[in-house]
Amino acid sequence: MSIIFLILPITLLLSAGAVAAFAWATRSGQFDDLETPAIRLLHEAPPSLEGAADSPPAKPTRGSN
Amino acid sequence: MAAAVAIGLPTPTRASLEPEPRCAHCDSPVSAVRVDLRSERQFCCDGCHSVYAILHDAGLEGYYAQREPAALERKTAQPSRRKFEELDEPSFRDSHCQPRANGALTTSFFVEGVHCSACVWLLERLPRVAPAVVEARYDLTRSALQVSWDPTKARLSEVARALDSLGYTPHPSHEANSSAEQRKGDRALLLRLGIAGAAAGNVMLMALALYSGEFSGMAEEYTALFRWASLAIATPAVFWTGNVFFRGGLAALRTRTPHMDLPVSLGLLAGYLGSAVNTLRGHGEIYFDSLCTLTFLLLVGRYLQRTHQRHSAKASDLLHALAPATARLVDGEALREVPAHSVTVGSIVEIGAEERVAVDGVITLGSSALDTSLLTGESFPEEVTVGDRVHAGTTNLASKLRVRVESAGRETRLGRLLESVESTQRERAPIVRLADRVAGYFVVAIVTIAAFTLLLWWQLDASHAIDHTVALLVVTCPCALGMATPLAVSAALRAAARNGILFKGGEFIEELARPGTIVFDKTGTLTEGRLELVSWSGDEALKAFARAAEANSGHPIARAFQRSLGATPLRSSSCREYPGGVRAQVEGKDVLIGSRAFLTDQLGSVPAFALRQLQTEAQAGRTPVLIAIDGEVRAVAGFADTVRADAAKSLKRLAELGFQLEVLSGDDQRVVDSVVQHLGVPVALARGGASPEAKHALITLRRSNGQRVFMVGDGVNDAAAMAAANVGIAVHGGAEACLSAADVFTTRPGLDAIALAALGARRTMRVIRTGITLSLAYNLVGIALAVSGHLDPLWAAVLMPLSSITVVTAALRARTFNPRKQP
Repeated sequence: MSIIFLILPITLLLSAGAVAAFAWATRSGQFDDLETPAIRLLHEAPPSLEGAADSPPAKPTRGSN
Repeated sequence: MAAAVAIGLPTPTRASLEPEPRCAHCDSPVSAVRVDLRSERQFCCDGCHSVYAILHDAGLEGYYAQREPAALERKTAQPSRRKFEELDEPSFRDSHCQPRANGALTTSFFVEGVHCSACVWLLERLPRVAPAVVEARYDLTRSALQVSWDPTKARLSEVARALDSLGYTPHPSHEANSSAEQRKGDRALLLRLGIAGAAAGNVMLMALALYSGEFSGMAEEYTALFRWASLAIATPAVFWTGNVFFRGGLAALRTRTPHMDLPVSLGLLAGYLGSAVNTLRGHGEIYFDSLCTLTFLLLVGRYLQRTHQRHSAKASDLLHALAPATARLVDGEALREVPAHSVTVGSIVEIGAEERVAVDGVITLGSSALDTSLLTGESFPEEVTVGDRVHAGTTNLASKLRVRVESAGRETRLGRLLESVESTQRERAPIVRLADRVAGYFVVAIVTIAAFTLLLWWQLDASHAIDHTVALLVVTCPCALGMATPLAVSAALRAAARNGILFKGGEFIEELARPGTIVFDKTGTLTEGRLELVSWSGDEALKAFARAAEANSGHPIARAFQRSLGATPLRSSSCREYPGGVRAQVEGKDVLIGSRAFLTDQLGSVPAFALRQLQTEAQAGRTPVLIAIDGEVRAVAGFADTVRADAAKSLKRLAELGFQLEVLSGDDQRVVDSVVQHLGVPVALARGGASPEAKHALITLRRSNGQRVFMVGDGVNDAAAMAAANVGIAVHGGAEACLSAADVFTTRPGLDAIALAALGARRTMRVIRTGITLSLAYNLVGIALAVSGHLDPLWAAVLMPLSSITVVTAALRARTFNPRKQP
């Protein structure tokens, strides 16, 4: 059972690694918006890729009424 | 009546065989009058039709395919048709927009009416509808749309109008400005939360080993290892991630205000010190698992609380945008545009027709009508002439005026009003929340019981006295108490937002749940805020002539004619607007429409029947307008601001909830009386003629007398009063500055949202109270066990999550702002 003296620090090191990964993800803004990306995923083409290059169709007109 | 005839006639077979037509945009049923047999798509209203046309032209019909059926239950938002001119003022640009690379500017809007993923899809394709927009990104959590646009291609007001034309009314928000700081805070808290969670998980695993060891026996060296490892993990968890509680507790002690952080800090400190000493000694109970779980759960509550705070634009920034930034200075013969705040007192400025006034002053030349609704809430334009005073923020409706400046910039009435909004908001005492008040008593009780336990066990068994006291402090640490409120509130805030009520913070739910006086503004709050033709005495056939004569004017009376009477085939020519009236040729007849003074002036006298009618109209609180054809007064029209359809019902519900109702308006007393009479709800006080300053003074006086006042309004004239009230509520369609001064605002038309807000707030408070009671009950069990010396760490570890789960379930299952449920 004395292997625990080795395993426990290793476990803690692994946990520390996970915490460090979490800290990185948080700091780089991965968790800033947790709702919209889930919805955006379903849209067929990401608008940021189309961007301004996507030539907009003819100038929109107001409703006929 | 045409509708009834149309329905009565046998309609062509195609329409009669098909099911009831539905709107192609919002899917609500289309009334028979609006069905257009030539078109394959039907629309319930012009609003839906124009939104559909915009989407169709921009090739964005994919919106309809993406829309979830559930979203259709909520009525699709309608364009507000506002002009958003205030967004183009340089002061707005300075305070709300950030430059981006390639010359674009970025700002952020709070957007109304977003229901589902199709809305997000549509919003992010804003560049197709408004080509000047470079990018639009929506954040569902904060209801914020970040827009980057090219200022050389379009003005921000055009972008805002494009959004509005889709039915998503934008409101300026400070999200973009404060976001850097805000986001940093959010991330820091999330990081603490994550670390606390990791620590709690790991310590719990070791605690599991230790607890099993207690039952089955464990060698000394392994026990020591787990205890020391627990200490090593718990130390940063308690002191670094739990730092927020210690700081809060210290602040509460220093300011002597009750706060939840005080008992939390006490429990954490006592538990940690006791456990650390026991680890060093090598025997005795340790509570590291409970402490870490505690920190984690409390941080979850803290995180929820933080993410639900809304940040709207500062009222003062927006108020600055209400008056134009420049004034036209008369310099000898020439006219010069100069910054409005730099105009010196005594100089002369010119204000053209349809322009907004930038300064306070006295008219020296010309006469016109002023729309003062922004400042006073008065629905009818004010006739002004030489010697009359004009104020910044009003709009000149009819003709050119010259004004001698009396004050400019911050010194104007508008400027002083905004300053009082700002100072009132700054000085407002923070709301002490129920959970914190309970915590205040709680901490006293706990300290007393802890002292009692220590003394009791000192007598009985001195070696265990400290252990039992520490156990008591740990188990009574108000974990569930600290979670009950944030959870109930965050669930309630979400439900409220779904039902069109936005609270800027949870504390306003608590504040609104308590009874008090609700003061309503009249114009735009109880009423629709625009004039309608409500009475007509004279030949019905003359309506068409009046409509034609008023067809091209922007005057509120003309707009009311246009709205109330529909299109007319008659054509008018040589329309000319005068102060107080209009003259036009319609089908060869000379038509004069205007006030009594205007017609007397033009015709010499007004016949007796018209005078009698004028009297009747005035008594009924309506605005009379005379119509003369070929020099003879033939009809009298009465205009009034109609009361909102749901006003009477909503006020009755509020009265049933125990609120005292009052009406405070800038309009004429007679008009106020007639509205109150029309409502048929007992009102404690109905006062007209109240200036914005008077409203503010009245609310402040009430509060200093210890009364609880809620102010419901829609205009800038209510903003100061709303800031002074316990809770300021802005109704849908209100002025932007008013929304910023408000603590709560509704995003759907009508007053029933306010009744629902009050009801929902009560229900939420009930949930909070249940949560607090439950957590106190668990604490009582814990106290009993601890004082009697039966509490060991295992019990503490079981009791704490159990109580938290109970409270969480109670909070999440509650239905608070659901309109269908009756109490």
